[in-house]
Amino acid sequence: MARPARMNSIVEAVGNTPLIRLRNVARETPGVKVYLKLEYMNPGGSVKDRPALQMMLDAIQDGRLTKDKILIDATSGNTGVAYSIFGAALGYRVALVMPGNVSQARKDITQAYGTELIFSDPMEQSDGAIRHCRELVADNPDKYFYSDQYRNPSNPRAHYLGTGQEILDQVGDEITHFVTGLGTSGTMMGVTRRLHEHSRKIECIAAQPAEALHGLEGLKHMASSIVPEIYDEGLPDEHMTVATEEGWDMADRLAIEEGLHLGHSAGANVAAALKIAERIQQGCVVTIACDRGDRYFAPMRWEKHYDW
Amino acid sequence: MAITVRIPTPLRTLTEGKDEVEASGTSVRQVIDDLEKNYPGLKDRLCDDKGGVRRFVNIYQNEEDIRFLDNLETTVKDGDAISIVPAIAGGH
Repeated sequence: MARPARMNSIVEAVGNTPLIRLRNVARETPGVKVYLKLEYMNPGGSVKDRPALQMMLDAIQDGRLTKDKILIDATSGNTGVAYSIFGAALGYRVALVMPGNVSQARKDITQAYGTELIFSDPMEQSDGAIRHCRELVADNPDKYFYSDQYRNPSNPRAHYLGTGQEILDQVGDEITHFVTGLGTSGTMMGVTRRLHEHSRKIECIAAQPAEALHGLEGLKHMASSIVPEIYDEGLPDEHMTVATEEGWDMADRLAIEEGLHLGHSAGANVAAALKIAERIQQGCVVTIACDRGDRYFAPMRWEKHYDW
Repeated sequence: MAITVRIPTPLRTLTEGKDEVEASGTSVRQVIDDLEKNYPGLKDRLCDDKGGVRRFVNIYQNEEDIRFLDNLETTVKDGDAISIVPAIAGGH
């Protein structure tokens, strides 16, 4: 499981992330072991390194992505960072479509790797970026390789081959429940398919924001969103919701009580895991730390000025 | 003239699909109360139990975040545009 100490490329640093037991925030349920998989340990700082790299490698292998094409996708953040890193490392050009209201830091991170940024209407959120990206690809079919994380089967495949297998290797037969929030749904779909192959039943639970207008970045309220094609609503054993405030409060607690400063989607995942722990009282729940909290520091005032 | 309020996609189910609606009032708080009369449920999506703006909701008077002005007491006048923008872009 350990990562090699010497590597030939940054792409080799993806995966094999640590799993950490949450002893403090989960102290109310001593009969349940709650584990968090630290996906921010990937080189791009998020869980999205896995699908981004898998989508690129699969497309390179079968010829969809070549050096004379530009990889394009709609992403407000982590997937874009991952494409940018691996594009630079592997020698492929990358363009990202994102809502114009993402923070300056987000824009700067990806541009540092030479990535081209294209902005869509802030009021339309991520769905507006998806629509704008589709239009660009339809108008320039030969120019772009549209990676399309919402539709690309390599996205869940990364989690089937990587994340899901690693969880089994790390906790063995202990795991009784897995829970994670839905964004593209790639993590949920891929990990669930792998865990469902295990000899004993592992309950796999999908979490969603409780409301259409929410503040859990990276997660989707499916009923009010463009539903990702890779999403199979029937695959999870159960669905649950998490309020924005629950996710934000848990993110604060994880920093103070566990020394883990994580993004709000990770806060929502742990909040969901603790709800499950409270219900089952005995067992082992695993969830995902998608990224770190420092990716979400509020922009400074001088960045808070928008030209609509 | 009235005040124009720009509605983000997730809340348009409450505004009959409209991306812009009109409201009246002399403060952002009054504008929100006026919106609630015509589009019931909207206030709960924007404000918490204590009546403040929920942490993940950003409201702009023209181009300024009201958190950097007088928050809900920010003065508005006819012709102003109020924009409701989620703090996030949503979806990676």
